[in-house]
Amino acid sequence: MIKFLVYSAILLGIIAATQLMRVFELASELKGTRHYEIKEADNRRNGKLMFWFMVTFMLFCFWQVIKYKDKLLPVAASIEGVELDWLLNFNFIIIWVVFIITNVLLFWFSYKYYGRDNAVAHYYPHNNKLEILWTTVPAVVLAVIIILGLKSWTTITAPADPNMRIIELYAKQFDWTARYAGTDNTLGGFSYKLITASNPLGVDANDPKTADDFTVKGEFHIPINQPVEFKIRSRDVIHSAYMPHFRQQMNAVPGMITFLHFTPTITSKRMKEITNNPNFEYLLLCNKICGASHYNMQMNIIVDTQEEFDAWLKKQKPNLSAAPATADAAEIKEGK
Amino acid sequence: MSDNHGHGHGEHHGHGHDDHHHHQETFITKYVFSQDHKMISRQFLITAIFMAVVAMLMSTLFRLQLAWGEAGEKFAFINYMLGDKWGKDGVMDPNMYLALVTIHGTIMVFFVLTGGLSGTFSNLLIPYQVGARDMASGFLNMLSYWFFFVSSLLMFASLFVENGPASAGWTVYPPLSALAEAIPGSGAGMDLWLISMSLFVVSALLGGLNYIITVINLRTKGMSMTRLPLTIWAFLITAILGVLSFPVLLSCAVLLIMDRTFGTSFYLSDIFINGHPLDATGGSPVLFQHLFWFLGHPEVYIVLLPALGMASEIIAVNSRKPIFGYRAMIGSMLAIGFLSFIVWGHHMFITGMNPFLGSVFVFTTLLIAIPSAVKAFNYITTLWKGNIQFTPAMLFSIGLVSTFISGGVTGIILADSALDIPIHDTYFVVAHFHIVMGLSAILGMFAGVYHWFPKLFLRMMNKKLGYAHFWITFASAYAVFFPMHFLGLAGVPRRYYSNTAFPIFDNLMDINEFVSVAAIIGAIAQLIFLFNFFYSIFRGPKAPENPWNSTTLEWTNGVGHIHGNWAGKLPVVHRWAYDYSKPGKSKDFVPQTVPLEDGEHDGGEHD
Repeated sequence: MIKFLVYSAILLGIIAATQLMRVFELASELKGTRHYEIKEADNRRNGKLMFWFMVTFMLFCFWQVIKYKDKLLPVAASIEGVELDWLLNFNFIIIWVVFIITNVLLFWFSYKYYGRDNAVAHYYPHNNKLEILWTTVPAVVLAVIIILGLKSWTTITAPADPNMRIIELYAKQFDWTARYAGTDNTLGGFSYKLITASNPLGVDANDPKTADDFTVKGEFHIPINQPVEFKIRSRDVIHSAYMPHFRQQMNAVPGMITFLHFTPTITSKRMKEITNNPNFEYLLLCNKICGASHYNMQMNIIVDTQEEFDAWLKKQKPNLSAAPATADAAEIKEGK
Repeated sequence: MSDNHGHGHGEHHGHGHDDHHHHQETFITKYVFSQDHKMISRQFLITAIFMAVVAMLMSTLFRLQLAWGEAGEKFAFINYMLGDKWGKDGVMDPNMYLALVTIHGTIMVFFVLTGGLSGTFSNLLIPYQVGARDMASGFLNMLSYWFFFVSSLLMFASLFVENGPASAGWTVYPPLSALAEAIPGSGAGMDLWLISMSLFVVSALLGGLNYIITVINLRTKGMSMTRLPLTIWAFLITAILGVLSFPVLLSCAVLLIMDRTFGTSFYLSDIFINGHPLDATGGSPVLFQHLFWFLGHPEVYIVLLPALGMASEIIAVNSRKPIFGYRAMIGSMLAIGFLSFIVWGHHMFITGMNPFLGSVFVFTTLLIAIPSAVKAFNYITTLWKGNIQFTPAMLFSIGLVSTFISGGVTGIILADSALDIPIHDTYFVVAHFHIVMGLSAILGMFAGVYHWFPKLFLRMMNKKLGYAHFWITFASAYAVFFPMHFLGLAGVPRRYYSNTAFPIFDNLMDINEFVSVAAIIGAIAQLIFLFNFFYSIFRGPKAPENPWNSTTLEWTNGVGHIHGNWAGKLPVVHRWAYDYSKPGKSKDFVPQTVPLEDGEHDGGEHD
């Protein structure tokens, strides 16, 4: 019944609107005007609207920036992140300038040159000097942007130093596991064919390098001011290891090992003070659509001081060597 | 060359139309299996409008979820639209959320802004503006529409299969899209998605080849390439991009069909899912991404260029000025078209692709900013000292230039691989591409509908409703997408069903509410357009021959739809398309068919 009423109301609404339009059109026909023709009054009204839109739009943008600038991510917590934030701000200055100048000119000209009945437009088909100017100026600015960007990109993605601490991030629907490489700082081999309920990462228990490896879930620890290299794997679909507070991200791709490395610079404890939020935690999020619980696939990252980290490390016990090994030796991949 | 109406479409020297009065049309050949470009263009437009309404309803649903649903509110509307299976008690199912964003994206990108935009306006304007009697092949053109129609039908039908439609995101990355165990939508819904897209590629190719051939071969006497309106240049370059890139999407889809159905492993390797390891080994999910984005990036310009081309024309007509830098505009479009083929890797900086390769893509991508900047400045200079007539089409075109700039500048950040690391796949990306590609193209499409409605349906749309439609749409569009930049900079990932699963994003919830309110206002404003559109088709005032005082050929053939476009001989062109307010002329426009006076320079020639 309600559905019927809703549909009837919609239908009646459409009929009413049609009839109103008809009345309006008949009225304007009687007045002898063709209502699709653009009058000077229309131009003036829309020109003014262009001007006021510009003012409102710019104020809206600035208001948004002021409103949200302190609610964005806190200060970058890694060396790489600090560099990227600087670069991002540098780029933002350029694009804000371009954005404001061009939008203001666009709306200002729309207002200033709204059509008047007796006005004639200025015939101005081209001007080579102007066009060369606005080809070369963007080219120069972009050259600067490209050079600075690639400089950061090459440093951040440079091959990891072999001495860096190695941690594996293992993704599956819908959680993360971190595997530490142990005292030898080398991960044991693995194969997806070894995966069982008791060996969720498919590690090779016969590999001597596995003996000192251990895994953790829910949260993992890293020490401050020490570079860490993450080796990222996936069991099923593509996931993405996203660590926004460190400004780091890398996809987890089944069949591949991907890498990223960074140096954390602020402990979790200190960050709680900086953000004035006692519940603050660094997060590892999944940032590639991976299924129903994609939105809820995260892990906490704890950045410790060296002493805290050493104490935590002592408590961790190798927990992988008991896993049964049944796969064909040829299928086992090196953990390196 | 096809010659199925009994006269040579390609005749340049005129070939009286009255020699085939015997031509009989039945209802079927006129309205259904029509080979007339004008009818096909209307068919594309109406189909696209239907699909756009579907996609818009979807966005309304997931905006309800993002603003209030995740905070525990229940909506009878969600239950009404999705039923008890996907919206039990008014709470959206997480899988359905992913299905909605997936199909919303697919429909908007392909069915509305590719099929709808190129299909409508290339079909309508290419024969009209080059002075041809129809497309080179009316038959292929008809097939192009019907492939599009079947493709749309399949995509729409996929919404109703038991396990829901494709849900792996509009980019359908495998393995998620390849394995029904990974997500319910990767079952029959994904099969339909792939078949539908394959047919879509066929449609795009048939259409594209026809557009190219028509522009190259069927230009009327005097219509040199440098006298073509910029619309035609845009459609031509778009069609070339489509013909070169859509086949790659087809191969990409076919390989995925093989992986899903025939046990190959092009994209699959070392996967353990649902308690067992898969046999597939040796494939690479990254291969799919290369193939997909080899189409996917040119696709952005396939969507954007027709809108930019139409805006060039509409801005010139309504500023009553020649487009500034006609040749620079052509050059920019060619440069954008060329570069669009060598930038696809900027979607893949953090997929594990070699970082050096990433650097190359940074360079090529940022180069695109140069021709884009030239275009933006040229539009602005065209307005300068104009005598601007604010038709609804003009408003939408100016809106397009604004969104093209506002969305384009954030592209500079995303193209910079280093900066892409922290903001990849966040709402910053959502904001960027919705503004630069989505808004610009849809505003361009509206501009085209308002401007060429008299040629499409021989009647005029209501101006005041057009104004209301523009201002509400434009304001709400910025209100929807501008704040999303901040969500992205706060690290909010896209495609999250809920942001309240953990506390990090709690202080940003008011952005989502603001955005959703604006989105719903924007959606309701589209009712104004739909009413105006359908009302005017039947009851709008009859259009005069040349309502906007334009110079181009489509306004020279009277007030009816004529089979063969011009009664009698085809028009002969004597000048470029942009003689507006030329000094020394009695009127402020000189149609292309008016011969040059003694000693008069053609405006298209640089002096």
